[in-house]
Amino acid sequence: MWGFARASDLIAVAVLAALSPVGGAALGDPAGRVALGDAGLRVSLADAGVRVSLADTGGGAVRSDTGGGVPAPARVVSINLCTDQLAMGLAAPGQLLSVSWLAADPRSSAMAAEAGRYRLNRRQAEEVYLMRPDLVLAGTFSDPAALALLRRLGLRVETFAPVTSLRGVRAAVLRMGRLLGREGAARAEVEKMDVALARLTPPKGLPEKTAALYYPNGYSPGGGTLANAILAAAGFRNLAARTGRTGAGTLPLERLVMAAPSVIVTSHPYPGASRAEAILRHPALREVEKTAKVVYSGPSWVCGTPEVVKAVAQMAAVR
Amino acid sequence: MTEGAEVLALREFSVRRGDLPVVDRVTLSVAGGECVGLIGPNGAGKTSLMRGALGILPHEGRASLAEMTPRARARAAAWMPQAREVAWPVTVETLVTLGRTPHLGLRGPGAADRAAVERALHRMGLGPLRDRIATELSGGEQARALIARALAQETPLLMADEPIAGLDPAGQIRTMEVFAALAGEGHAVIVSLHDLGLAARHCSRLVMMNRGRVVADGTPAEVLSPANLSAVFHVRAHHAHTADGPVFQPLGVTGEG
Amino acid sequence: MSDRRLLGALGALLLVLFVASLAIGPAGEGFGASMRALFTGEGGPIVAVMREIRLPRALLGLMIGATLGLSGAALQGFLRNPLAEPGLIGISGSAALGAVIALQTGLAAAFLLALPLAALAGAVIAVAVLMALAGPRGTALTLILAGIAVSAFAGALTALVLNLSPNPYAAADIVFWMMGSLADRSMVQVWLALPFMLTGSVMLLSLGRGLDALTLGEDAAEAMGVNLARLRLVLVLGTAAVVGAGTAVAGAIGFVGLVVPHVLRPYTGGRPSRLMPASALGGAAMVLAADVAVRLIAPDRDLKLGVLTALVGAPFFLRLIWQTRRAGR
Repeated sequence: MWGFARASDLIAVAVLAALSPVGGAALGDPAGRVALGDAGLRVSLADAGVRVSLADTGGGAVRSDTGGGVPAPARVVSINLCTDQLAMGLAAPGQLLSVSWLAADPRSSAMAAEAGRYRLNRRQAEEVYLMRPDLVLAGTFSDPAALALLRRLGLRVETFAPVTSLRGVRAAVLRMGRLLGREGAARAEVEKMDVALARLTPPKGLPEKTAALYYPNGYSPGGGTLANAILAAAGFRNLAARTGRTGAGTLPLERLVMAAPSVIVTSHPYPGASRAEAILRHPALREVEKTAKVVYSGPSWVCGTPEVVKAVAQMAAVR
Repeated sequence: MTEGAEVLALREFSVRRGDLPVVDRVTLSVAGGECVGLIGPNGAGKTSLMRGALGILPHEGRASLAEMTPRARARAAAWMPQAREVAWPVTVETLVTLGRTPHLGLRGPGAADRAAVERALHRMGLGPLRDRIATELSGGEQARALIARALAQETPLLMADEPIAGLDPAGQIRTMEVFAALAGEGHAVIVSLHDLGLAARHCSRLVMMNRGRVVADGTPAEVLSPANLSAVFHVRAHHAHTADGPVFQPLGVTGEG
Repeated sequence: MSDRRLLGALGALLLVLFVASLAIGPAGEGFGASMRALFTGEGGPIVAVMREIRLPRALLGLMIGATLGLSGAALQGFLRNPLAEPGLIGISGSAALGAVIALQTGLAAAFLLALPLAALAGAVIAVAVLMALAGPRGTALTLILAGIAVSAFAGALTALVLNLSPNPYAAADIVFWMMGSLADRSMVQVWLALPFMLTGSVMLLSLGRGLDALTLGEDAAEAMGVNLARLRLVLVLGTAAVVGAGTAVAGAIGFVGLVVPHVLRPYTGGRPSRLMPASALGGAAMVLAADVAVRLIAPDRDLKLGVLTALVGAPFFLRLIWQTRRAGR
């Protein structure tokens, strides 16, 4: 049964990534409207056979911050991989009770070791409620039924939408700081991040290079995604966005071969086999890889947290 | 074809269904020139006898046909099962040509095969129907086409399981006349049938079965004796020899029949 | 229509579709340059596109379509039932299960032929079960019911195996295995499937005369010298080989073996021996056409091939059921 839960949860993460479309960019990322997360991995919705209700996207995304006057919550539970990491980075000792089990999985979480210090939840309303939290942190694509139930039980639930830009990362960190009453720590994180990013910004006048994001099933995030923002910060043009495509989508292998990008960003295969990942071993791709550098995107590419600096650094290293 | 040559020999021949013998130690010999009517009440073992003799059913004892290779056997005996099955919308000519299957070389039907098909079509009066789709024919026409298929096989022995069931009177008589004519040409025909009148008129020999055993074997007059009829069929009948040939008509039921 | 003219017409159609399959793709290179690259190996990255992506895709479409058409015609001939089709009655589904098990256990990674062999084994089991439940003496209804049961069972086990996989993408593969796709296959798959498909096709084509004789029923066929036991064995293994190999590399593609023989039967005089080669060409044409359509309709979306064949095939299926019902079988 463990395997079942695991696979379906990972799919949910993948789907979340798939659903990180134009939203953030189109809305202009006003302060307080935070987007979260753009996983490198993606499974198309139809492929996964997963239905995710979009019903509460709007409501969750526009929930405004609470301001500084409210006393900081003392019992915080997070049930979303990205809020898990934001919260772990900012929470005061003892403030954060539990994070989702995905946060402890080194394949999807950049803070797996830290997560081991927290109680891990399976994102079920029942177990969350029994922890008696005074704040529940979730993603806008968390199970709407679970969130609705928690709200009906009188719990305060704050949702974070997927982050699609570096500006969005800053906003998410600051919002999390406000929610946890840790504004100072949040501001320090943002400053640290900005310094690091400035150091990674390529000098002006360098010729533009093209990178192709290429994941299982040929998934390749276009413009208006966190992965696209990471490439841009390191001075790369995203092949999938070159045709003006935004959000989730696939890149035909033919187009990748024809474009001959200088870098291919892809993922390490998971254990066990899947037909979706078989495409990463296609002979035509191997041909391209002879002339291109291959970068494996890790968990730092998944969520809109200060960890994205590592992703940008990874790209800057192959610039 | 040598008239009188043996085309089927059964010796101590049995077919079992489970433990029950449905054909029970039958010894029978049929030669060219004979038109044998196989008669008996329902369940007497007529169908099992013929299928077993061909080797389609597992059997005990000796059956000359079952000892041959499938292809040799198919050239020695043609078999018309009772079920009139035509699965696909093939033309009558195609259907009749299927009868040449055991004779075909690698290249498909040759001149000899086509000639045999023509003979069979002609004999069954199917010339005008040759291009019609067999599955769209009337029951009687379809039956004739299937008989023509068996004829096209041009084997020394033809076995037919109730070929005249469901045909109109003219169709029944014509079919029996074809069988009798085949026998006249030196072929052997074994035909099972329930119409004792047609059996008496058209068959040169009758084999009467009951409960898996052959209980009488001889000329129609010998086999259709009042004693046999009463014991096996539980009927009494009027049997007369007229200028038009033998007339046989069951009249009433005797005993528990 | 004569055999030569029918096969000639189908062959010409097939050739056009094969070239179209080679010519159409997102790379957006001209026809002349593409073909030059394919044949001469010169022209930069388009060479890899033509030789490593489009050629295997077109070849697999051809091979899989041909064998689906052929095996559909053969199965129908043997079962004397126009509703028999490898995808519909669960043979493809069981082959997919075999393939998925080989992939998830790591067998396929350890030993290249394990993938098609496991799919073949799955297919053999399905055909054997179907023959036992609804062999030639079974009615159309029994066959379809047995097929539903086999399909559902194989589908459930496939989903189970993929859900239990430690790989999060495995669960997403369920759609691939159930609907089939030729996208981004390579020559590896072509070489993997080819020997099985050739062997199976030769086996099935050798059955023509026996299947013709079966038109008159089992008894009549047997009495005409057809060795039914041998025919059944060759049919089971031949069908399993081609369907297993096709499913192992491209998932289960349904309805091809139903639609193509149904359309071509009137032109072949209803004889299985003539229908089989015609259905092979027709099946190849149908799958290539569907695969070209998939690329034209949704070039960036990997629309599953089986979706299209089902959209075309399901109405045919309903019509056939209606006809079978009227015929009172």
